[in-house]
Amino acid sequence: MATNTLSTENKFTWGGGKSPFSVSYGKLMMWIFLLSDAFTFSSLLIAYGFIRYSFQSPIHNEIVKPLAHLSDNFVEQMQQAGLFVQDHWPSPELVFNHFPFVHGMHLPLFFVSLMTFILIFSSVTMVLAVEAGHRMAKDEVAKYMLLTIIGGAAFLGCQAWEWSTFIGEGARLYENPFGPKSFAALFFIVTGFHGFHVFSGVMLNVIIYLNVLNGTYEKRGHYEMIEKVGLYWHFVDLVWVFVFTFYYLI
Amino acid sequence: MSDHNLTHNHEEHEHHEDNFFSKYVFSMDHKMIARQFLITGIIMGTIGMIMSLIFRLQLAYPDMKFPFLEGVLGHWAKDGKLDPNFYLALITIHGTIMVFYVLTAGLSGTFSNLLIPLQIGARDMASPFMNMLSYWFFFASSVVLLSSLFVDGGPASAGWTVYPPLSALPSAIPGSGTGMTLWLAAMILFIASALLGGINYIATVLNMRTKGMKMTRLPLTIWAFFVTAILGLLSFPVLLGGSLLLVFDRSFGTSFYLSEIVAEFAGGIERTGGSPILFQHLFWFLGHPEVYIILLPALGITSEVIATNSRKPIFGYRAMIGSILAIGILSFIVWGHHMFITGMNPFLGSVFMLGTLIIAVPSAVKTFNYLATLWKGNLHLTPAMMFAIGLVSFFISGGLTGIYLGNAALDINLHDTYFVVAHFHLVMGSAAIFGMLSGIYHWYPKLFGRMMNETAGHVHFWLTIVSAYCVFFPMHFMGLAGVPRRYYANTAYDQFNVFVDMNQFITIAAILGGAAQLIFLANFFISIYKGKRAPQNPWNSTTLEWTAPVEHLHGNWPGEIPHVYRWAYDYSKPGAEEDFIPQNIPDAGQIDPMEEAVGLPEPSKKSVQEPVMA
Repeated sequence: MATNTLSTENKFTWGGGKSPFSVSYGKLMMWIFLLSDAFTFSSLLIAYGFIRYSFQSPIHNEIVKPLAHLSDNFVEQMQQAGLFVQDHWPSPELVFNHFPFVHGMHLPLFFVSLMTFILIFSSVTMVLAVEAGHRMAKDEVAKYMLLTIIGGAAFLGCQAWEWSTFIGEGARLYENPFGPKSFAALFFIVTGFHGFHVFSGVMLNVIIYLNVLNGTYEKRGHYEMIEKVGLYWHFVDLVWVFVFTFYYLI
Repeated sequence: MSDHNLTHNHEEHEHHEDNFFSKYVFSMDHKMIARQFLITGIIMGTIGMIMSLIFRLQLAYPDMKFPFLEGVLGHWAKDGKLDPNFYLALITIHGTIMVFYVLTAGLSGTFSNLLIPLQIGARDMASPFMNMLSYWFFFASSVVLLSSLFVDGGPASAGWTVYPPLSALPSAIPGSGTGMTLWLAAMILFIASALLGGINYIATVLNMRTKGMKMTRLPLTIWAFFVTAILGLLSFPVLLGGSLLLVFDRSFGTSFYLSEIVAEFAGGIERTGGSPILFQHLFWFLGHPEVYIILLPALGITSEVIATNSRKPIFGYRAMIGSILAIGILSFIVWGHHMFITGMNPFLGSVFMLGTLIIAVPSAVKTFNYLATLWKGNLHLTPAMMFAIGLVSFFISGGLTGIYLGNAALDINLHDTYFVVAHFHLVMGSAAIFGMLSGIYHWYPKLFGRMMNETAGHVHFWLTIVSAYCVFFPMHFMGLAGVPRRYYANTAYDQFNVFVDMNQFITIAAILGGAAQLIFLANFFISIYKGKRAPQNPWNSTTLEWTAPVEHLHGNWPGEIPHVYRWAYDYSKPGAEEDFIPQNIPDAGQIDPMEEAVGLPEPSKKSVQEPVMA
């Protein structure tokens, strides 16, 4: 009996005409998951918007020019200049103006731009891996997966540096020398939740990468798993674009 | 190319013998998972019901002592007098259990799992493994929630909506401590379960239907489960985000939901910059779709049961699908009607009011379609049918008061009174429970291969519907007179003393209703072992699940999956030999399942059905 069940099963999963959206159920499930995950991020970003706009808008910075010299007690200086005050949301370009190994320069959002570039670039290598998978080119898939993993890990490293710098300046979940406490708390929650997604993505990518090396997908006859993790990876990337826009740019 | 997962699973089950654990505990078979959801749901429902009886006792006899309560509750009922803090905990956990554990997981978990693969003609869910995981997350969540009953300070007591600051400050009330933390942990596990299940249901309905099972031939149950899964998938994540922020507020000193007004309770840290209204928005963005997550499966079950037992095609099949979709979409844009008086902009109130009142339209479409299906039908009053008709009754009587409450101006007077309690217990509580019971009576032969006792079912029905109306109908009058909900004792206020007798009447009716459920429980559990053996198609129904053999096979059908040639409601078709034509029977001469079967099958039906039954 069971053999019969199996042999009929092999012929079709989808039985009725043209498959909806022309995708396998595995890929469909990934899309559906991403849709729900998009709502999770939306809830956090909406909470961000709700709280941010209960404060007054950032005071426009006309004092410090990019590449200008930073004093050692820059935060205090800005507090005295009235740019970091309790009832105004701080201007992100004054908060995130550090760069590793560069001291005493005002480099507004340079570092986060680099992070964004790294993450988007890792999406590019992911696309290349998916494309190589279509051609069943195992070595190329492995190469581009590895590059994607490196990109993701680099992004996480950058985030760790940014967090530790921010914390080093006195920011905590319950404290914020740059102005309203919510600014720091939301920063940790929103970027932390995104970082958690990137971390999970890197872990997934590593598993898939090892499978590629083991030839799992070659035996299976297709590289659809690469497409599935690829969807996740692009999603994480897309979310970062929103985080970057809402948190850093506006 | 894409079926490797499923193939893999079937291979796995071929190669190893099913032992106790793989068959009954960590089963990946959707029918077993459905039973697990159902039995867990019934246990949780019983606990929730007993809780309601305990606090009803308090409301009816606020000055009396019940020494047996001390035996049950220990120091929460010293000398037989219920502790006010524990009263709050009871109403909170009663609400949580009933809304999430019984009517979300117990209802849609059971019937989505059982019916989606069987009614669309699939071997199993898209991912049987995720399906199993979904049940075990739900189980873990239930355990965590129940364990909160035993912690210091008692379980969460901020109401099932857990509004901050009561939920955000661990020292606010006794239940705000460990109990609240466990509540949040349980909820996060529950959300994981709901998402795993929902992803599976949607993918299965979209991508695993058998040949000929077009979306417009799906039974209305499947449409309801499908839209329910979408609602859950899009709304639960928002509660996840909201709970996450709440956890940070509680444990890590942030102030997302806290503002200056609560500074003195905040345990040394100055709390500024947040807003409790933010939580309410996030909560009700889940909370309102949640109402339809509860109700839609019950309505879908009702459509199926009423059509089958009226021996008539469901009236307005496409209108029913349209109204399910309309309710689903509208449910996302009306959450503000829970917040009319919380300080939201009054202009927004009128927008939300408009959306809320529009929901009455698709709801009325459904009601009238039920009535039209019943009209002049050849009614078979099985217990399932009785409960389905009971649902329609509750849907009307509870739905009408929704129009009052959806009106922002009237809501100023009625909010947070027993009027609200009466409204949602009728339209969402009783109606959905009746849908669930109807589904249990109807699909019991499919779930356990045996029949339930019909006489006991009728006794259960009449006692339940009479006591439910006796409990909830008088509450309307108390609400109109201004009696607030969630109060420990209403006798403290002179103007509410007129309701002393009514409160006692309600409590007696509730105890009777609770006792009636014992009949159901006995019927349910005894029938598993002692019930009459079920025939393959006991209700002469048209849908695919009744073409599968009574005993549960892994893969549902021996041999090939039946193909589908017609819609799900060919009852009493003029000229046909019997008063139903199953979906898998083609018209005379029809070969292509994708063509619509509008005529009649071959007169000699037996020979056509043969290959499927073999």
